[in-house]
Amino acid sequence: MQEPQTTGIQRRLWTFHGGIHVPDEKALSTGRPVARAPLPSLLTIPLRQHIGEPARPIVRVGDWVLKGQKIAEPEGWVSTPIHASSSGTVVAIEDRPIPHPSGLVATCVVIRTNGLDEWAKLPKPLDNYRELDPALVRERIRWAGIVGLGGAAFPTSIKLDPGPHLPVRTLIVNGAECEPYISCDDMLMREHAGDIIQGASILMHLLHTSECLIGIEDNKPAAIEAMSLAVAESDIKEATRVCTIPTLYPSGGEKQLIRILTGDEVPTSVIPAQIGILCQNVATLAAVAQAVLEGKPLISRYVTMSGRGLRAPRNFEVLIGTPIGDLIRAAGGLAGDVRNLVLGGPMMGFTLDSDQVPITKAANCVLALSEEEAPDPGPALACIRCGKCAEVCPANLLPQQMYWYARSKDLEKVQDYNLFDCIECGCCAQVCPSHIPLVQYYRYAKTESWAREREKRAADRARARHEAKEARLARLEQERKDKLERKKEALSKKPAAGKAGGKPGGTEATEDPKKAAIEAARKRAAAKKAALAEQGIGPRNVQGLTPSQQRQVDAAENRRQAPEAATTKGTGED
Amino acid sequence: MLIAITAIAVLATLFGLLLGYSALRFHIEGDPLADQIDAVLPQTQCGQCGFPGCRPYAEAVARDEAEINRCVPGGEALVLTLADLLGKDPLPLEAGEEKPKALAVIDEKECIGCTLCIQACPVDAIVGAAKQMHTVIAGECTGCELCLAPCPVECIHMVPIAEDSRSWKWPYPAPPADTELRPSTA
Amino acid sequence: MAGIILSSPHTIRPNRVDWLMLQVILALIPGIFALIWYFGWGVAINLVLASLFAVLVEAAALKLRGRPPLTTLRDLSALVTAMLFAIAVPPTLPWWLTLMGMVFAIGVTKQLYGGLGYNPFNPAMAGYVFLLVSYPLAMTNWLPPHMLAEHSLGFLDSARLIFTGSPPHELGWDAISMATPLDEMRTQLAQNRMIEEIRASQLWGDFGGRGWEWVGNWFLLGGLFLLWRRVISWHIPVSMLLGLLLIAGFFWSLDPQTHPFPAFHVFSGGTILGAFFIATDPVTSCTTRKGQIIFGASIGVLIFVIRTWGGYPDAVAFAVLLMNIAAPTIDYYTQPRVFGHGKGSE
Repeated sequence: MQEPQTTGIQRRLWTFHGGIHVPDEKALSTGRPVARAPLPSLLTIPLRQHIGEPARPIVRVGDWVLKGQKIAEPEGWVSTPIHASSSGTVVAIEDRPIPHPSGLVATCVVIRTNGLDEWAKLPKPLDNYRELDPALVRERIRWAGIVGLGGAAFPTSIKLDPGPHLPVRTLIVNGAECEPYISCDDMLMREHAGDIIQGASILMHLLHTSECLIGIEDNKPAAIEAMSLAVAESDIKEATRVCTIPTLYPSGGEKQLIRILTGDEVPTSVIPAQIGILCQNVATLAAVAQAVLEGKPLISRYVTMSGRGLRAPRNFEVLIGTPIGDLIRAAGGLAGDVRNLVLGGPMMGFTLDSDQVPITKAANCVLALSEEEAPDPGPALACIRCGKCAEVCPANLLPQQMYWYARSKDLEKVQDYNLFDCIECGCCAQVCPSHIPLVQYYRYAKTESWAREREKRAADRARARHEAKEARLARLEQERKDKLERKKEALSKKPAAGKAGGKPGGTEATEDPKKAAIEAARKRAAAKKAALAEQGIGPRNVQGLTPSQQRQVDAAENRRQAPEAATTKGTGED
Repeated sequence: MLIAITAIAVLATLFGLLLGYSALRFHIEGDPLADQIDAVLPQTQCGQCGFPGCRPYAEAVARDEAEINRCVPGGEALVLTLADLLGKDPLPLEAGEEKPKALAVIDEKECIGCTLCIQACPVDAIVGAAKQMHTVIAGECTGCELCLAPCPVECIHMVPIAEDSRSWKWPYPAPPADTELRPSTA
Repeated sequence: MAGIILSSPHTIRPNRVDWLMLQVILALIPGIFALIWYFGWGVAINLVLASLFAVLVEAAALKLRGRPPLTTLRDLSALVTAMLFAIAVPPTLPWWLTLMGMVFAIGVTKQLYGGLGYNPFNPAMAGYVFLLVSYPLAMTNWLPPHMLAEHSLGFLDSARLIFTGSPPHELGWDAISMATPLDEMRTQLAQNRMIEEIRASQLWGDFGGRGWEWVGNWFLLGGLFLLWRRVISWHIPVSMLLGLLLIAGFFWSLDPQTHPFPAFHVFSGGTILGAFFIATDPVTSCTTRKGQIIFGASIGVLIFVIRTWGGYPDAVAFAVLLMNIAAPTIDYYTQPRVFGHGKGSE
């Protein structure tokens, strides 16, 4: 067995601006080994756990599903399938609370497990993936429902297909896990380093990358050792280096890690593939290896349950859809005064109102924070322009300026100060002496900007439709006018003719075109009637009449005869 | 003394000429201000501002004949945008509170196919024909409520748009502690 | 739907405004003791008066603005302003001038603009300059350090001076007051004396005036404490002192007999106090790093220029106020390159 490459010349590392040192609190949850979470009685699986369109369910209420069976198809290109995390019966497909800062609901497939945990028939392993068309391997990754498990939840198969014009020369494996409390990646690296490296190998083959850099913070010595061993035993050991990076929050941010390991800065609003780099979380790679080499879809993940509000914090292997309440019980239950239940880490996570929400693919940590860990920051005071926020910003922004403009709701100016380069890491809010909730201002500004853009697009569409309607109405009006004009002209050109029925004055035709038209029609009808009468055919609608209809006809006839008799007697009245 | 008068007179003439030249050289044709205002209006054509549509309101605001706080669907955000554009002070909304956005929904059972609502809709968001059932295209409906009045059987209702986790917005943070006692303006 | 939404981070946030201000006050204490030691009880009385007036004026202003007074007073910024003001003014200043100074500093310069964080000018310096320009005589009645004084004032005498404005019996103003080293240097130079000649007098210590220069050292100690605690960063003090030293050194090298040795400038007047405590006021100085260096260096240069060719013997207050005006513009033009923009990325 070869010696692991932990010694030797360390590869050169770069730094990014800012960053803060926070107590990492990892020891809380790394003291105990990873346990398998108990099988919950109900699994609530949201149809949208990824960036993109929600998946479309292909099962119905009452269906019996097996573990690993696909229960929802991707909708469109940026979407991903969903699988049943265990065997059981589908009891509902309806809106349920999801883990989201808004506390809103979304459509979920709810499965009552039958305790058997029976696997469905899985597709065969693609051991020979090196000889296969890369598209087939990507299709398998897509089938498995794999998304970025570091938290972004972007469908991995799409990320792995940047296109022929964007060659990827470096694969970066993100094992940094810089946020305090979270240790699921650490434990995964200790226990499944082999899978992770397999996954990296698959990706390197798919993308023809020549170099693989694994970034791990130096507060995880066991993980570094495990990964180095796995690299030494793998087929990519020549091209791979395990790099120990200094512990600094937020080194695990994609752009920051790329900068540390390669010195390159990903240009704004652009994907790293643009500069030939692809970054993947360790858990994603392990899932890729399982999907390709064992045919297993993504139905579980490691989740850190931590915080001093839990009696026995540790990591769990959790089935997707497990209610967080079940996990809290498995972690010994809540202890003492818990001020906050947080999904994610303390720096970027959001609070949960209830523990009845499920674990999704993107959920990597649940914290029960006590009063002393997360005290009430108190009301925000005035900004004293100390500039500490700008000192620590990893994106080198000016949080102070963004704050002033976000506070006065001047969203254009906030965007001028590069609002969308903000990674919402929380360093600025952490150091602010006035305890201003800076990150919330930027999140507000971002979502408000997006909402306004949506409204603007809708308004532009409405304006176009309104103008089209006005144009249509104007056009119809114009056509009607033109028609009348033409008729007027046509009738004025016809020679003056006497009307049938002995009405004097052929000049009447020119003075009243409508009357002339009616006159002409009447003449035509009379001529037709006369012609038919000569042939012995009378009007067709006076046969087969019911007695009441006949009475009505007779009454009308009488009425017609009477005024005519009156007019022929008296003066001619038209 | 004479020198002072001459100097001032010469300066005045020079600057006057400069100003006059600038006024001619940089003169703008048309009414770009009304266009700019119309570009930020929500285009619901609802008439709640008192004008028959968004374009007439934009032109009135450009001519300074209407206040900037009359647009109901635009809400506070629009007042701030117009205030910024025109260099005026923001005013509280004339209509009071902002109403949540809603869409028109036709109750199919009650519809008699009279086409009056189709004619009333300023963006042609209702499909249907005479004696055929009518329905609202939800994606195009702007919530202007102009179809509610003409319907003879009152089968159209405004249903507020349910919030979706994808379109949910982070709320504006609470103001700092030292502004507690003052009510917020704009 | 969630109730009040608490945004991340959900951690202990150690930094607090009142903590920052408290550390500044702590850092001032060594220098204050030195001042009292050398110049008597007048300094202490002024400190107490100024602090009292500052708190009262701020509370009154907040009440008028309809804001809760305690929340703002708790951040201790009014106290810091008062202390800096009391250090800057002569120990003989009448009490009602201190009151006026505080009304202008806290009421006008700070609260009228919107309170802490909104004022464009340094309140202590604005108050000082307001009084200097309006009451030049009262504001230049300095006392000599005790080892040079013929008649030192005790506590009661100082109190009587401040509250009634009259010097002790049998002594006139001339007997108890003395010009500051800067003032002395200025007057002597104006009379075309040579530096060597001037410095031969007993008044001078190693660098500046005897006694006066030591006060600077104690404030320097406080300033280093603030640097160590990271309350301030090194950019402004270092750039200010360097700027002053470089331009003073340049002119001194041109003609050592008409320009004092550069260290004189550093150890006289409010230079060190200004470098560590006044120019570093976060509200009124630049926030970007490059901007801070430009800000500090400009203050240093301005101090030299005003002292040498301007109308007042000490220039720190004026230099700081002038650069306060320029701070936002400097900030605008020294914005850092954002990650992923410009050179460094493609």
